[in-house]
Amino acid sequence: MSLKIAVLAKQVPDTRNVGKDAMKEDGTINRAALPAIFNPEDLNALEQALRLKDQFPGTTVTMLTMGPGRAAEIIREGLYRGADEGYLLTDRAFAGADTLATSYAIATAIRKTGPFDLIIGGRQAIDGDTAQVGPQVAEKLGLPQVTYAEEILNLDENARKVTIERHIDGGVETVEAPYPLVVTVNGSAAPCRPRNAKLVQKYKRALGVQEKAAITKDGGVLPYADLYETRPYLNLKELSAADVDADFSQCGLAGSPTKVKAVISISFQTKDSKRMTGSDNDVEGLVVELLSNHTIG
Amino acid sequence: MNNVFVYLEIEGQSVADVSLELLTKGRKLADRLGVKLEAIAIGSKLDGIERQVMPYGVDALHVFDDPRLSPYTTQPHAAVLVGLFKEEKPQVCLMGATVVGRDLGPRVSSALKSGLTADCTSLEIGDHDDPKTGKSYKDLLYQIRPAFGGNIIATIVNPEHRPQMATVREGVMKKEILDPDYKGTVVRHDVNEYVPDAEYIVKVIDRHIQKAKNNLKNAPIVVAGGYGVGSKEGFDMLFELARELHAEVGASRAAVDAGFVEHDRQVGQTGVTVRPKLYIACGISGQIQHLAGMQESKIIISINTDPDAPINTIADYVVVGKVEDVVPKMIKYYKAHSK
Repeated sequence: MSLKIAVLAKQVPDTRNVGKDAMKEDGTINRAALPAIFNPEDLNALEQALRLKDQFPGTTVTMLTMGPGRAAEIIREGLYRGADEGYLLTDRAFAGADTLATSYAIATAIRKTGPFDLIIGGRQAIDGDTAQVGPQVAEKLGLPQVTYAEEILNLDENARKVTIERHIDGGVETVEAPYPLVVTVNGSAAPCRPRNAKLVQKYKRALGVQEKAAITKDGGVLPYADLYETRPYLNLKELSAADVDADFSQCGLAGSPTKVKAVISISFQTKDSKRMTGSDNDVEGLVVELLSNHTIG
Repeated sequence: MNNVFVYLEIEGQSVADVSLELLTKGRKLADRLGVKLEAIAIGSKLDGIERQVMPYGVDALHVFDDPRLSPYTTQPHAAVLVGLFKEEKPQVCLMGATVVGRDLGPRVSSALKSGLTADCTSLEIGDHDDPKTGKSYKDLLYQIRPAFGGNIIATIVNPEHRPQMATVREGVMKKEILDPDYKGTVVRHDVNEYVPDAEYIVKVIDRHIQKAKNNLKNAPIVVAGGYGVGSKEGFDMLFELARELHAEVGASRAAVDAGFVEHDRQVGQTGVTVRPKLYIACGISGQIQHLAGMQESKIIISINTDPDAPINTIADYVVVGKVEDVVPKMIKYYKAHSK
């Protein structure tokens, strides 16, 4: 029996390797200084989906992401690694969404493109670290959720149940849950398989509507334009708020109960530090000082 | 109505430290707002649980006691909170930013369409003028948290929606008994009125809780390593220094992400918050989200090849040098002088 799986993935600024130029003088983020990447834990989620596809032939894996036109990159990356199709949920109406408005938009898109047996995403995205969208999508769809998943151990098609190992504070837990189900996967779960060379060949020219528009804007020429007619899978699908029948009052900034009141670059109390080198003399002096004031020993 | 609520995380029959820390904070917020502090205990065999929480100044404790409510599963606990909050209409709800709190909080906030801010490092009460609508709000909960990988600090408010929900990590707030004889009321609820049988849908079939492998949170001395330590083997040296000093080993997120040490040693906003008497930062540049978890250390030593590493600004001693040179020297001279 085959399954229908959706993988939720997000394009995020790489906040892990932030240099000194990441912040502008006025305390706002210099996005241009941060490369956009596939949210790391979403790759772990994709791997869990692809393993089920290996195990249950005929299974389809659908990438679902939300963002600006360039976030079609996420769909392509998913296709390179074995996903079957994807949707980019993109609309100005979604801009400024907090986690609640984001999960509303994603839930409407899932209703429109589903039904799915499993909806799998990363535990959290590195730009917000909230871990809220997965559970909120589950609630909006009225589905059970299993968060902090380490591995999908077993899927019983007859009983329509999955067994999942998950991390809890100070330990591990194995749970059994019926599907349809929302699962969020930890970064410590199995890493995602690399790109498949054949799939890269197949999909490297796949483009979203806005990506194509960006190329042809100002009189640019879309290379291999005829390919997009003969090979429909190269046209990455985009969904607008209207396409998924979203209620605009629940989208974007308008649909976000939380508001950012203030943002500051943090400053810590700076101290007058005692500076020294790593020479034997200096290190010995430091150790003696710490011993004499009973900080150590 | 309009009170401050704290969700109690309960393992077995004992209330987690993070919940007691939040009760302490919740009491202060309630006093500031002139309202009551209420707590919610959901679990099994909870007789006497009130003795653990009343001393923190709880005015009312809501108890939901049913064998099926322990161990924790998402939907039954969420159903209790959603049902109770619809009746009680709290203005603030606090939860631990634990696996349980981060599983439960968003589910409840989604059902109530209210705002939730994860991993707050500070909570305050203050006013808010909305620049767009021109509306003014009094006494909102300021939910303050590092964002964007810890590079900025954001103050979040929920002007129109209640409850204002926030999660806070263990160790961020301080727990403090208000009055050992504080008298609050205990309200026992009929669980079946809140949780339909159909909500018990996910089954826990196996569960292993190990006692924490390290005592990072309470260690008087922490030897912490960053990406600059370079490798798993590089950390061996830090463990050796820690053994000599009777210290615990901590790490930055970059070192954990690189696989040098286990995740439970991560110090910072998304890890453990520590306040030791001595913090030795080895090869840690000092991202804000790391500093947020150790800045209250009494004495900070930074060992780094970069004389301008951000962490140096909050360090008492800055040793400019390579970790692999300096740490063995510290071990050598400690052995020589401590005898």
